[in-house]
Amino acid sequence: MKVKVIVTLKSGVLDPQGKAIQQTLNGMGFANVKDVRQGKYFDIDIDESDEQKAKNSAEEICKKLLANQVIEDFKII
Amino acid sequence: MNSSVIIFPGSNCDRDMDVALKKFGFKNKMVWHDDDKLPKSDLIVLPGGFSYGDYLRCGSIAGKSKIIQSVINFANSGGLVLGICNGFQILTETGLLKGVLQQNKNIEFICKNIFVKINNIENKFFENIDKDVLELHIAHNEGNYFCTEDELKSLEDNNQIAAYYCGSDGKIDEKSNPNGAIKNIAGIFNEKKNILGMMPHPERMIDQSLSGEDGSIFFENLLKNLK
Repeated sequence: MKVKVIVTLKSGVLDPQGKAIQQTLNGMGFANVKDVRQGKYFDIDIDESDEQKAKNSAEEICKKLLANQVIEDFKII
Repeated sequence: MNSSVIIFPGSNCDRDMDVALKKFGFKNKMVWHDDDKLPKSDLIVLPGGFSYGDYLRCGSIAGKSKIIQSVINFANSGGLVLGICNGFQILTETGLLKGVLQQNKNIEFICKNIFVKINNIENKFFENIDKDVLELHIAHNEGNYFCTEDELKSLEDNNQIAAYYCGSDGKIDEKSNPNGAIKNIAGIFNEKKNILGMMPHPERMIDQSLSGEDGSIFFENLLKNLK
């Protein structure tokens, strides 16, 4: 089954790319954009029919590779 | 003294490191990332570059490569490991060193000479070094060292900060911080000080006619300390 994962920077961690995007949006006239945080999205196809087992694998995958937990959080959706 | 430089797909400072190590008398071997055994070594070097194209996060894929378990075992048994630039990023990704190297604060690739102040000389890397301010070279997009407040406190308490970015006079201030690194940190040790990761490249400063020779001071001193 397919598992979707989102990895984002923890709040408080500097995100220079997000900041640049926000400033660009402001410059383009989107004056109401107060903040942008950039993240990563993964579509993972796991050879597992049991949803819980697939999510458990995904969680381990996130902890061991996809997210660096010093600065990043992950969400399995 | 025997050294080994690990080559990952995308490493690009491996040969510079090989030249530098040999120039100062190391017998150096190049080791491919897909090998699982290390040659007998007194020093393992993870070189600079862009291993695996910096995919996912800098150093993250290299940090899971086949040779890495041997490097971790070598380091945990007290062996000397040096990670320069991407090598530093790989060391943080393996967990051998604390923290992480984030994108430079100004979102620019920085390539220039800088000065670092050596903070701790009670280790094999810097013991008896003649100068405490070295002019070295940096070339990176992700050199902005970051760690949690607890980690920073433990780095400071255990004297694990190896070098700070500074001015030519050794003054550590915001002006001399090229990339936004927390507390101007340019390099750190593990707790036992047998693992050193740093962003600046000493191997690029070993020839007076090309650059400068503060890297020579580092390598000559390192070899002397290992003998």
